[in-house]
Parts: sequence; structure tokens; C-alpha cells
Amino acid sequence: MKLKLHVWRQKGPNAPGKMETYDADHVSPDQSFLEMLDEVNEVLVKEGKDPIAFDHDCREGICGMCSQVINGVPHGGQDRTTVCQLHMRSFKDGDEIFIEPWKARAFPVIKDLAVDRGAYDRIIQAGGYTSCHTGGVSDGNAILIGKDAADYAMDAAECIGCGACAASCPNSSAMLFTSAKVAQLAVLPQGAVEAKRRVNAMLEEAQACGFGNCTNHYECQAACPKGINVKFIAKLNREYIKALLP
Amino acid sequence: MQVTQSSVGRKIIMAVTGAMLIAFICVHLLGNLSVFAGSAAINAYAQKLHSLGPVVWIFRLVMLGVFAIHIIFGIQLTIENKAATPDKNVQIKRLKTGFAAETMVVSGLVLLAFVVYHLLHFTVRVTNPEIYVPIEGGHGMVDVFVMVTQGFQQLFAVLLYVIGMGFLFLHVSHGFQSMFQTYGLSNDRTLPVMVNVSKLVGVVLLAGYASIPLLIILGIVR
Repeated sequence: MKLKLHVWRQKGPNAPGKMETYDADHVSPDQSFLEMLDEVNEVLVKEGKDPIAFDHDCREGICGMCSQVINGVPHGGQDRTTVCQLHMRSFKDGDEIFIEPWKARAFPVIKDLAVDRGAYDRIIQAGGYTSCHTGGVSDGNAILIGKDAADYAMDAAECIGCGACAASCPNSSAMLFTSAKVAQLAVLPQGAVEAKRRVNAMLEEAQACGFGNCTNHYECQAACPKGINVKFIAKLNREYIKALLP
Repeated sequence: MQVTQSSVGRKIIMAVTGAMLIAFICVHLLGNLSVFAGSAAINAYAQKLHSLGPVVWIFRLVMLGVFAIHIIFGIQLTIENKAATPDKNVQIKRLKTGFAAETMVVSGLVLLAFVVYHLLHFTVRVTNPEIYVPIEGGHGMVDVFVMVTQGFQQLFAVLLYVIGMGFLFLHVSHGFQSMFQTYGLSNDRTLPVMVNVSKLVGVVLLAGYASIPLLIILGIVR
């Protein structure tokens, strides 16, 4: 099938960017979205033009590297699907597709569709871990964890840190990402010890990175390729209130 | 970090002040609906409030403070949120959020303007001198029933009130469920229910408040 692509092109972090139009004339419905872009890039390289820069890694929907706003929705809006797992069979011959990078102050564009998501790393560095003493390895099942808590933590841990939550948020808030890690660790005995310090440190870092404030649009959950639930944001709010109490 | 600077701290302040404002408008609505019980009922209600003297003024000052905090933090948070997305995508498609949630600051500011008009109209009583008639034996008190029923003979005033309450519906329909999420009182089962309850609360407030000017101008209440 034939498609018309409108792609955000930006030479560097401080260069002005604009939408440019490309024709993709030999698109197979079996291709993934990234494979389709690979082919467009092959043509651009043959023509001596600058290929479209975009982030990708595992291409099996688990690494969180691919990050494109497709037709106005991060990852293209298919339920629980990353860009790499979005296939061209979801489009029709003759479709026009808008491809843009994440847009948030905390995610500066590096080039074209690639953005710097170091802000999410800094939020994790601020508190998204559990401290432990070095030394002998403790027994695997020395600390018993109930199935409910284990399942809850696992659901939160599904987050791949792709940035779609902040990219989809009208306020560019990183609250879903932050809350997933806060909730995951707060519900486990190993993480609960540092829960108070963690929630404050991670929230302060998110603010320092330039993310906005959560106003409960719930857009993040809808855009999340892993279906992270906004109940974790409610949990983060509870953890914040608990941390305020003596 | 202070609660007044924290992202979630200010969200909780918005929810606490919002809860107080919702509580106030519910009580205020119940009081206002006494107009349907006739002149004696609403005037007795007004006199009862007046007889409380300083308590009324303390209550008014507290509500003014709550209102001011809600507005100031609301504007501050909105400015920060706009600044967090300096460049927007060319194409933006929202999957979940809606008009009410996206226009909270607009509906909030319209409500502020409405409250100012409402206070001038029925509390300070300067907009329509002809409707402020002293009540018999009321020591200079205005006949509230006459004020309301005469005030709502004017189509312009009725329109302003109904439109104002339309914005109240928008604001509350997002704000009410948002409050529960902010307190951490919602989960994946309760949230979808609360989203609908929130709209219902908005509809009840809209219907309750708008019924007063509408039933009066239609001549059903006189």
C-alpha cells in the first residue's frame, strides 16, 4: 500500500523543527511501523538525504525505547501496543500518518523523533530503588510476600519507562511513571522501609525535571503501552499523605 | 519540600478546598430551595442566618479564604502545567480526558466572575435597586422572597444564572471524582463509578440551582 508520512524533522536540540512530507510507496501490511520507517530511511540514504532519526531497541514491545506520537497519540493509540508492535495492517492504503516526537519540556528533542528521556532515569535515581547491605546473600524466601502484594507490585513493575504517560498528559506530568515505581516498592516489605523518603524524593525530582502536575485527566493510562493503571497514582497520593504524618 | 510547593501537596490542597466549596454549595442549595416553600420560609431562613451575627461573618471570611486558596493554587498549577509543554504536537488526539477536565481553569474563572456578580446581585445588593424591598417588621431587612422572585423576572439575570450553573456543572463533574483520586480513595473498581457519580453530582447541582430562576421566570413560582 501507499502512504503519505508527515514527519517531524529537527536537526538538533536547539534547531527549529518542522513537519516534512514523505511518500512510502511499497508498504506491506505485515511490516511493523519501525520496519516501514526503515524502508523510508533506506530510500532517503540512497538519495543522499539525512535519514529520519528515531529510537528503537528490542522491537518486541518490552524495552521502552520506541517513542513516537503517531496521529496525535503516543505509540499510535492501539491498546497496550508500543510503536514497534504497531503493524501496518492497522492502516489503509492512501492513509496520511503524522509522526512526531514526545513533546514535553522535560524530554528535549535530540534529533527528529529521538528525545532525551534522562529525566525518567533521574526520577528513579532519586528513590526508585531499595537500599540493602552488602554481604552474604539472604535466603530467597526469607521474607514472605502475600500473593495480592506480589501481583500488585508486578502490575506496577510492568512499566517500561517509555515516557508515553508524560507525552500523552495535557500537563506533561510524569505522575503515572513515578507512581508505578512508588507503588511497586511501597507494597513490598523490602521497599516499604524507605517508602516515606522515596515518595518525597521522587516527586521532588519529577518537579525539578520540569514535568507538570497531575490533574487527573487519566490520559496516561489510556496511552500506556503496558496498561499501567491510575490506581497507582491514588496509591502514590496515599503514600504522600502517609509521609506527611509523623 | 513544603506542602504548598509540592506537586501532590498542592493537589491535595485543591482537593481539600474543593471539598469545602462543594459542601458549601450543597448547603447553600438546600437553603435556597426554601424559596419553593414560599415567602415565609425563605425569609425565616434568611432571618435565622442574620441572627447568628458574628458567626456569619467568621463563616464568610473562612469561605472567602478557602475560595481564594482554591483559585490561587489552581491558577499557579495551570501556569506550571502549560509551561511543562512549551511546544505542542501538531496533531493531538485525546483518548480519555474530556472538555470538562481540560477547561477546569476556564470554568473556574467563569465561576469566579459569576460569584462576584451573584454577591453584587443578592448579597451586597447594588445591581437592581428596585428589587430590594424592606420586609415588614424586619428592622430594615430586605424581603428575600421579593428580591429573588423579582430579580428573576429579568431574562438577562436568569440567563447569567443558568449559564453560570452550566459552568458549575462542568467544574464539579471533573472535580468531584478528581477529589477522591487525589485523596488516594479510588482504585480501578471505584474510579469508573466515581467518574459517573461525579457527573451526577454536577447534574443535581445544575438542576437544583437552575430550577430556581427558571421556575420563577416561567411563573410557576411566584
